[in-house]
Amino acid sequence: MTRKDLDIIADWVAPKSRVLDLGCGDGELLVRLAQQKGVSAYGLEIDPEQIQKCVERGVSVVEQNLDKGLANFSDQSFDTVVMTQALQTLRFPHLVVEEMLRVGRECIITFPNFGQWRARWHLAFSGRMPVSDLLPYEWYDTPNIHFCTFKDFEVLCRDHHWRILHRQVVSESPVSAMLKDFLPNLFGETAIYHLTR
Amino acid sequence: MPSETAKSQHHRLSAGSVGLVEPKRHTFPGPFKLACGRVLDEYTLVYETYGTLNADKSNGVLICHALSGHHHAAGYHSESDKRPGWWDHYIGPGKPIDTDKFYVVALNNLGGCHGSTGPASINPASGKPWGPDFPPLRARDWVHSQAQLADLLGIEQWAAVVGGSLGGMQAMRWSLEYPQRLRHCVVIASAMKLSAQNIAFNETARQAITSDPDFCDGRYLEANTLPRHGLAVARMIGHITYLSDDGLGKKFGRELRSGTFQQGVEELVEFQVQSYLRYQGDSFSGSFDPNTYILMTRALDYFDLAREYDDDPVKAFSHACCKFLLVSFTSDWRFAPERSREIADALMHANVPVTYAEVESPMGHDAFLLPNERYEKVFAAYMNNVAGEVRAEVSV
Repeated sequence: MTRKDLDIIADWVAPKSRVLDLGCGDGELLVRLAQQKGVSAYGLEIDPEQIQKCVERGVSVVEQNLDKGLANFSDQSFDTVVMTQALQTLRFPHLVVEEMLRVGRECIITFPNFGQWRARWHLAFSGRMPVSDLLPYEWYDTPNIHFCTFKDFEVLCRDHHWRILHRQVVSESPVSAMLKDFLPNLFGETAIYHLTR
Repeated sequence: MPSETAKSQHHRLSAGSVGLVEPKRHTFPGPFKLACGRVLDEYTLVYETYGTLNADKSNGVLICHALSGHHHAAGYHSESDKRPGWWDHYIGPGKPIDTDKFYVVALNNLGGCHGSTGPASINPASGKPWGPDFPPLRARDWVHSQAQLADLLGIEQWAAVVGGSLGGMQAMRWSLEYPQRLRHCVVIASAMKLSAQNIAFNETARQAITSDPDFCDGRYLEANTLPRHGLAVARMIGHITYLSDDGLGKKFGRELRSGTFQQGVEELVEFQVQSYLRYQGDSFSGSFDPNTYILMTRALDYFDLAREYDDDPVKAFSHACCKFLLVSFTSDWRFAPERSREIADALMHANVPVTYAEVESPMGHDAFLLPNERYEKVFAAYMNNVAGEVRAEVSV
């Protein structure tokens, strides 16, 4: 996660609210939210090394396999449920978002934009699936099984009647950062969505 | 060949050991009212301490013991001791519960048989051993007596209350009975209540003891006898449930200790696991009081964290003010990871900070006492933060 992503997410989270971070990694976002927003937050994580980092940072982290769902959380028990850079790795992304909106009043989701020009360029001219810094895996050996573009995601939201409270695109390269506001689906590298029902 | 003294010198001085320790005892004046309604006129607790209490008495860590535990959690009682205290692997300088940072208090619970007042003590009313007349105890009785011990030591608030198994139940009860008196609660391989299967195992163990002819309705001390066989069987049953199928299989398989499967030979075989279990049972039954075993298993059965909170664990934990660390072990089927997950879920819904790690181990329930790299790392990192908090508080 980049600083920009963190800034945007932190902006959308209400002070003192209850936050659940799905796949919280090393707890970077949770530390940030605790410091800046005074939230009471929990991270769910499965990787022992990441959990160790969270414990060292004093983050409340609970070992849980997200593949088994969120059935242990009751309806609307959190203000915001966050999931960063994991949507494309899920077997049923739309069901997970439904679950996030059951457990939380709002959710924040980030994912890499497969419609970004470099991905398009790569597929169009080399005829092969893109492999880059952002998407470093070969197609046959990747956790990323459900890539989508901003436009695809907007359609998904519309079809499921999820309300988009905010949307932001982030680009690291300076040129893309300049152009992303005009043609987000072409120049945005990372999408950050803030949803509710 | 090093001499015996040289060898024991080695363990006494080896890095990571608290070294030689001496149990202390204190008799608390009553009346001490118990959950069952009865009152003890006075009671004695035996305890050990490791490390140094800091100036503002904020670095105390209470160790709550499990079914067969006691006050001797770390270090050695004498130069000739072969084995250290029961949790020596996790308590000592540089260990997860670091005695360079914490003042660690471990006690033998009320009702125990290692020096604290219990069924084997003399009942002042009769001048004879209490035996079966000793009042039944619950986890909360232990917690209240531990609070009196804290008062004695001048500890208003523990940096952490720590326990595994039945000890974890006491730690959780602390968080509800004395929410202001602990900063952290460390609950390892525990549960908010026992399952029917757990109670069934405990009942079988109790039946093994009470059906031993030497049990004498619990008055075996007066009869100058001991239901050793029954207690050994009880321990064997318990021990099986503390290990995993896989763990036992890996350790013993179908290895024979004696005999042969050869046809034409009538001599019975003895499997290694048989002799191991018998050894466990025999050594335990020589050092533990059968009435205490019955009392402790009953306390386990009775425990139900949320009973008085409308059976709602979230409601129960909404009274807690401390932070929690939970650890479970994958092959533990006596206090399965699912039980710890229930605790984590309740804490999250009650908006109480909680960290939960599910540690891979083939060692079953016993894993909480044994070396395990990940367990040590998580435990040490968490306790290190606890120590940091306490230090920060001091410098303010």
